[in-house]
Amino acid sequence: MARAILLRAAASLMVIFGTMALVFVIVYMLPGDPVYQIVDPESVTPDVIENLRRQLGTDKPLAVQFANYMSKLMQGDFGRSILNGDPVLPKIIEHFPATLSLTVCSALFAALIGIWLGVLSAIHRNGLIDIAARTLGLFGISMPTFWTGILLILLFSIRLGWFPAMGSDGWRTLVLPSLALGIVASGFIIRLVRNSMLEVLGEPFILTLRAKGLAERMVMYRHALRNALLPALTMIGVLIGDLMAGSVVIETVFSRQGIGRIVADALTAKDMPVIQGVILFTAVMYVLVNLLVDLSYAIVDPRVRRLKSGGGRL
Amino acid sequence: MTVKDFVLGKTVWRESKRQTAARPRLRSLGTGDWLAAVSGVILAFAALCALFPGWIAPYSPTSMEADRVLLPPGAAHYFGTDYFGRDIFSVVVYGARDSLLIGVASVLAGGLAGCIIGAAAGIAGGVIDLILMRFIEIVMTIPGILLALAIAAVLGPNLFNMIFAVAVSMVPGFARVFRSQIISVKGRAFITAARSIGMPAPRIFFRHVLPNAWSPVLVMATIGLGTSILTAAGLSFLGLGVVKEIPDWGTLLSQGRGYLTVAWWISTFPGIAITLLVLSGNILGDWLRDRLDPKREQR
Repeated sequence: MARAILLRAAASLMVIFGTMALVFVIVYMLPGDPVYQIVDPESVTPDVIENLRRQLGTDKPLAVQFANYMSKLMQGDFGRSILNGDPVLPKIIEHFPATLSLTVCSALFAALIGIWLGVLSAIHRNGLIDIAARTLGLFGISMPTFWTGILLILLFSIRLGWFPAMGSDGWRTLVLPSLALGIVASGFIIRLVRNSMLEVLGEPFILTLRAKGLAERMVMYRHALRNALLPALTMIGVLIGDLMAGSVVIETVFSRQGIGRIVADALTAKDMPVIQGVILFTAVMYVLVNLLVDLSYAIVDPRVRRLKSGGGRL
Repeated sequence: MTVKDFVLGKTVWRESKRQTAARPRLRSLGTGDWLAAVSGVILAFAALCALFPGWIAPYSPTSMEADRVLLPPGAAHYFGTDYFGRDIFSVVVYGARDSLLIGVASVLAGGLAGCIIGAAAGIAGGVIDLILMRFIEIVMTIPGILLALAIAAVLGPNLFNMIFAVAVSMVPGFARVFRSQIISVKGRAFITAARSIGMPAPRIFFRHVLPNAWSPVLVMATIGLGTSILTAAGLSFLGLGVVKEIPDWGTLLSQGRGYLTVAWWISTFPGIAITLLVLSGNILGDWLRDRLDPKREQR
């Protein structure tokens, strides 16, 4: 078991290295001189451009640039903002709690609604509840999050005045953005849980449980759902990345002071070190969350546990 | 399959053809079929708007008139007007071109690139498969919209860069799906049979592997159309869109945000347009999936 965990962690570490290299490729190797993203070449003297190149290190060969970039990242140095020279990582860490709370709340919302409606949908297959839940799921994945956010503001802030339309202080500011983000994710979970429930319900052990006269509630929630939850768990792990990325857009809509907001501001100023830093940070978080999800299989599913420890046979 | 069948190339071919199973069985039309038909009509209408906006839009999307500023939706202006006095309906109709173009082009480009990578990994196997799939895994750690955002930010906002950025974010999904399809088809008996009668590899690939592996890719492309339109709209919303006289839907939506309290219609209608288009792609994709995979049909 310990060996399996170590191997999985090592693989995650390799992926993180790879992601760092990929971000380097995007930022430094795509056409377009990073210096020209900061200043207009027409309006400044060649001296200034030369100076900036030296400052950014782009005057050196690519291999040297890459080595510098990696060694700095290893020391936790994500570079400095072009705009005001602030180090990037502390800024991200400072804004991260607002994004984290938004991601966690929307994931919880999505998981609760998604699993609940997915199960109902499977129980009442092709019935009214099923059709309603599937329609909701379909709309959820089809609506742009920022538009959902705007509609929620229109209804709950402007018309009804129940929740604030902007800000990041207190739980009340979390409700609408979590809803906007969570609706999308719940759409995916509804479909997944419904499908895996239907698959499990077709298995012989469900027939056995019903044949021995177990109450339908117990069959559904105690036996079928437990078996159908594993794919949902994987899905939530994958969706966490999308939720964090989605917060870039949603935080702009709701003027929240999270890392998404930093990116949105950096975009207007073309502040590449900041954008690069946030992408790396998100990717690392994503890899870690999925590592945790993988490891949690062992807790949720005894079969995996036995398999990993090499004890039993499937 | 008997030894004789192995020898008779004709039989092998016939079996492979039968396996395509893409031909839908005859049956009565269900709710799903009607929904798919409606989705098809919506997509066709969007295509019509993109190709011939002048036929549908009552006004020019750029004409601004001071006497019709911020009018609510009504008979003269179906979707109302904005703060420049532009007719929102006309702007939405003209905006369909960019939104659809980005959606279709990025799915085609990203899908093609993804399928080539997936096919290479699936066919070659071994080290090449390992390297390509680790690469795809790495790309996948960066969520689609962030990847597209970084590329668009580095390259600068124009239509081609936008398509490139969105296309790159589509590659990993296609690569993974196509690879697993290729691998599963590769192991089937009729491929072994084709190989044993000495059929050249390219012929096996194009005549036997491809026809049996493409259907999930088609489904993915249909659903991907929606995803790419959403990603592109998100980029436009963040200000990375193409700066043009006629705004695309994401940009229009973003512009309307400042007028939420006085003119809800500016942001609402482009949002409905995006949602309808994405919804149609998703419904059509689901329908195709059910049709192409008989196992799922009972559900």
